[in-house]
Amino acid sequence: MTHAVPIAPPRRLVELEIDGQKVKTREGSTLLETLRAHGQDQPTLCHIENLTPVNVCRVCVVEVEGARTLVPSCSRKAEPGMKVKTDSERVRHSRKLVFELLASSVDLSLVDARTRGFMAKYGVDPERFGPRAQPAAANQRDAAKPGHHHHPQPGLAATVAQPVKVDNDLYVRDYSRCILCYKCVEACGEDAQNTFAIAVAGRGFDARISTEANVPLTDSACVYCGNCIGVCPTGALMFKSEHDLRARGEWHESRQTVTRTVCPYCGVGCNLELHVQDNRIVKATSPLDHDVTRGHLCIKGRFGWEHVQPAARPARETDSTEKEPQP
Amino acid sequence: MLWGSNARETHPIFFHHVLQGIHNGAKLVTVDPRRTSSAAWADAWLGLDVGTDIALSNTLAREIIHAGLVDQEFVRRGTSGFEEYARSVEPWTLERGELVTGVPRAAIRDFAHALGSTDRVQICWTLGITEHHNAVDNVLALINLGLLTGHVGRYACGLNPLRGQNNVQGGGDMGAIPNKLAGFQDLGDAVARGRFEQRWSCTIAPERGYFLTEMFDAMEHGTFRAAYVIGENPASSEADAQRAERLLQGLDFLLVQDLFFTRTAQLAHVVLPAAAAWCESEGTVTNSERRVQRVRKALEPPAGARDDMWIVQELARRLGYEWPFGSAPREMAENAWDELRALSPMHAGMSYARLDSEGGLRWPCKDEHDPGATFLHGRLWERDPALRGRPAPFSVLQHEPPVDALDADFPLRLTTGRRLSDYNTGVQSGGFNSPLRVGECVELSPEDATALDLREGDLARVSSRRGAVTAPVRIDDGLRPGLAFMTFHFPDEVNVNRLTIDAWDPKSGTAEFKATAVRVEKLVRADVVGLAEARA
Repeated sequence: MTHAVPIAPPRRLVELEIDGQKVKTREGSTLLETLRAHGQDQPTLCHIENLTPVNVCRVCVVEVEGARTLVPSCSRKAEPGMKVKTDSERVRHSRKLVFELLASSVDLSLVDARTRGFMAKYGVDPERFGPRAQPAAANQRDAAKPGHHHHPQPGLAATVAQPVKVDNDLYVRDYSRCILCYKCVEACGEDAQNTFAIAVAGRGFDARISTEANVPLTDSACVYCGNCIGVCPTGALMFKSEHDLRARGEWHESRQTVTRTVCPYCGVGCNLELHVQDNRIVKATSPLDHDVTRGHLCIKGRFGWEHVQPAARPARETDSTEKEPQP
Repeated sequence: MLWGSNARETHPIFFHHVLQGIHNGAKLVTVDPRRTSSAAWADAWLGLDVGTDIALSNTLAREIIHAGLVDQEFVRRGTSGFEEYARSVEPWTLERGELVTGVPRAAIRDFAHALGSTDRVQICWTLGITEHHNAVDNVLALINLGLLTGHVGRYACGLNPLRGQNNVQGGGDMGAIPNKLAGFQDLGDAVARGRFEQRWSCTIAPERGYFLTEMFDAMEHGTFRAAYVIGENPASSEADAQRAERLLQGLDFLLVQDLFFTRTAQLAHVVLPAAAAWCESEGTVTNSERRVQRVRKALEPPAGARDDMWIVQELARRLGYEWPFGSAPREMAENAWDELRALSPMHAGMSYARLDSEGGLRWPCKDEHDPGATFLHGRLWERDPALRGRPAPFSVLQHEPPVDALDADFPLRLTTGRRLSDYNTGVQSGGFNSPLRVGECVELSPEDATALDLREGDLARVSSRRGAVTAPVRIDDGLRPGLAFMTFHFPDEVNVNRLTIDAWDPKSGTAEFKATAVRVEKLVRADVVGLAEARA
């Protein structure tokens, strides 16, 4: 190499104090990165490595000495001399309440084990707001207009429960599970796909993810890259294949293997993780840590594997009707 | 710069990186007869007439030279043939360029100045450059621009063919080219050939083999009588499909090894069902950035289907050759790969262990400590002539219009390409139910549709000098008058390659899929009824 490859200037280390311990971290790191580098994982819902933090879920908040409010560790940068508390009464209380408000109004049954662990750690009790209100009818929440006022139903916990939206063969949207973390909007937007098929509509408790004018996906700008599914933390966006297997009680993660390979279509070389159950592909994801895809795929990589499934390729006995070679 | 590439749809994840660049302030220029979904993101779109790429390149070059934007130092040191090249482009004034290419002169001028004055430019292309009768010349035309402006051999600069298939680069790497051995070593190079002969204890004929298109010509002449087709569907994918099918049918022996019972397999004497290389087998593929990556076995193949490599090795065994690669998929793949590493210096450092742990490696990678190369041709910038080596030559290129000329009978230019959710002849992509799939249709400009009294959804007959197909009409305002577009994803319904011409480039063997002269006619009610009856 004759020409220098431009790289970022070397980063200095900054020293700060976390829970009374002095630690060093690279300048520019977030508090979350710093904490994780020191073996202290924090709960996160709206954060993922391949998207810009939007700071909406508030479950990763920490206390910074001198700061009026708790700060989201996923986006707050480490500063020299900072004094950070991750497990103070104020932090625990805040995280617990956020989880309780989410879990009382949203179906969190499909969050990962890590998140469930944090919910147990903080003693989350979503039942304390009372029994859940009746689910909304299909499209009822989508029809809400800004300025509507809801009278709370006394003694009942308000929820976003509603029927699953199934309008295509590739993926479903189960907004009963949506915590409005914005990840799907970011993945569909500037952070990856730049298709802008979905955004947050409505205000307050009516806020929801919507296509333009709430049209079905098949009439929207959606290009079915499934990058929204890839970042969804609660299973609100789900492969139709997974949704159907779950509905039939045939989804068994313990019987699944995950194998990394390369997509069979164009020459970009996207890495695929094939989730296989009983010798059938049940979904395809993409590794976050590979610099070709950074977790994202297109429609062919995400969904274009049906051609190797048994339905497309029945086992073939040796065919005895072979033509004889011409002499 | 994307030239003859609609990467937004054909290389979507590459285009994610382009979009990141755009958000960071990079400029994008697309050169394409169609105003594509990639062009929607571009700062400028140069809508040239099909087959005028060399004319546009020559015009750009003349403007760059006249504006004093040549990278003099690089041209002097790293290239040869500049004087002759400069003379050859001299007649290509902006006015003449506009006349021949259809691109407004101001747009050509602006693009030339941007190319010449921007520090780092990536020149990317796809089949819009290479599926022409003068494919290699088209590529040389882009190389000329890269050399002229010094946009080669530097970080974040260069000439990038965006590969259309997951291992088309790897096929080349492995020597699946008529005149090359693995690692792009010349078949005619006795020393290189000797290494392979020694390893394989055999003699290798030094004469080059045939390109695919040459094979079909040889079938026509009766000198090519048997074919072994692995994972390819030429009966549908070749230009002038009727001829391809007739020639395959006339072979003494046709052996097809494929995942599916394809159109080509239906013509075969013997079909060997194969495992899917990308998920039922082990091995490597090479992507567009020369990155070799592992494919791994995630599934058991259906009963009766075998690993490609097992089949080839078993054929060898039955022909009397014991190959030493073993039989378990991973063992077989790694043993064969290690043999390649011993024979191909550019792959020598790429052990399976490294490919697994480093997420792939880009060749050349000489030894276990070599991190691989992020870009090629940096040597051209060396001060020391010994290190610099052979300079990169400019090529004098003549504009030649497409072979299939337009006339009163065939007045429209048909070009073919891919859509986002479909792929080639649909053998793989047909397996999933894409909501984006619209099936085959003929896309017309609003102006041509009006002139032909066609509305969206009407059935039209599209005829060329070789055949005719029927397809519904779509109207695309990204098409300029005179230009029509079809895909080739649904050959069983509408075999577009019945229309295309098999005129091919003698240097690359690529057929001119991108330029067909057609006539489009509205089907009247009687035709439609007749068609429905014929189908029933």
